[in-house]
Amino acid sequence: MRVILCTAALMFALAAQAADIGQIKSAAGTVHIERDGKLIAAPVGSAVRQSDKLVTGADGTIGVTFLDNSLVSAGPNSVLVLERYSYDPTTAAGRFDALLKKGTIAVVSGKMVKQTPESMRIRTPSTVMGVRGTEFVVRVDDSGS
Amino acid sequence: MLGVAVFTAITAVLILFSGGPRTGEMVVVLPSADGHVGSVVVRRGVGRVVLDRAYMASRISSSGIQSSETLTERSVLQEFRATLAALPKRPITFVLYFISATDELTDEAKLELDKVIAELRERAAADIVLVGHTDRVGSDEANDVLSLMRCERVKADLERQGVAAERIRSVGRGERELVVETADEVEEPRNRRVEVFVR
Repeated sequence: MRVILCTAALMFALAAQAADIGQIKSAAGTVHIERDGKLIAAPVGSAVRQSDKLVTGADGTIGVTFLDNSLVSAGPNSVLVLERYSYDPTTAAGRFDALLKKGTIAVVSGKMVKQTPESMRIRTPSTVMGVRGTEFVVRVDDSGS
Repeated sequence: MLGVAVFTAITAVLILFSGGPRTGEMVVVLPSADGHVGSVVVRRGVGRVVLDRAYMASRISSSGIQSSETLTERSVLQEFRATLAALPKRPITFVLYFISATDELTDEAKLELDKVIAELRERAAADIVLVGHTDRVGSDEANDVLSLMRCERVKADLERQGVAAERIRSVGRGERELVVETADEVEEPRNRRVEVFVR
């Protein structure tokens, strides 16, 4: 069964462009990606890449499925930086570092965390969270800073 | 007198930054769809809190990590409603079985295919990977071809239902990945299948 699942994971990886690390599955309201200093649109079905900054407006939300089946969504008024992402579909080893500068996110961890606990880390301005296989939500309110 | 004033000011600042219900940073662990609760380790400097129960939360302020507390499901779902609603649907897998030596779905598989189509209608921009397999009847080469034909058959059915071809990837694995190990030339219905990975 493991071999079979690897095949599918590999195919998902091949289906994406080399630099693509995930795909936008939901987008509503004002949403965009900041990539290489430029603002680009973030429609459903488009890809995200390492170093992308996901930015939502007061009415915006976005949801992304990553190569290892990690799911991450951001609520209104959020800034989430996909600082680092690597994933090997054959071994399920990888690394996922993201920084929530402000706003809210919901996270469902994927295969890399199942393989290696804490391979996914979410930073906020004041903490680091190591993920050991779970679903969770995070809020960063920057109104006080 | 000055001491009292400074103390009052410090207290006021501490209250201001101690994190009311909707200020500062907070992390809350949720139960997963299957009821399993994993854990999140929150670190700040030398401080460390492990959250490992449903709706267990930790608030973080400029003075450090606050001790954890358990919130109500209702309050968490209310505050994070829009965020949780934006989460993509969980990836899901289906298995479709075939009649011996053909690319014809079994009657049960036709019903299962309806479920795949219903699931795809629920998803925006679904990606589909089809992995085809055979049993050990026939040559390795013929089975490589047959496993891919089975994928193509499913793909054609999905396209007829409006799924865009570029969102479907197929791979034929022939008789390499048996669910049930058998001797060569043995019929085995459980090995004749296409796995449908949807996300």
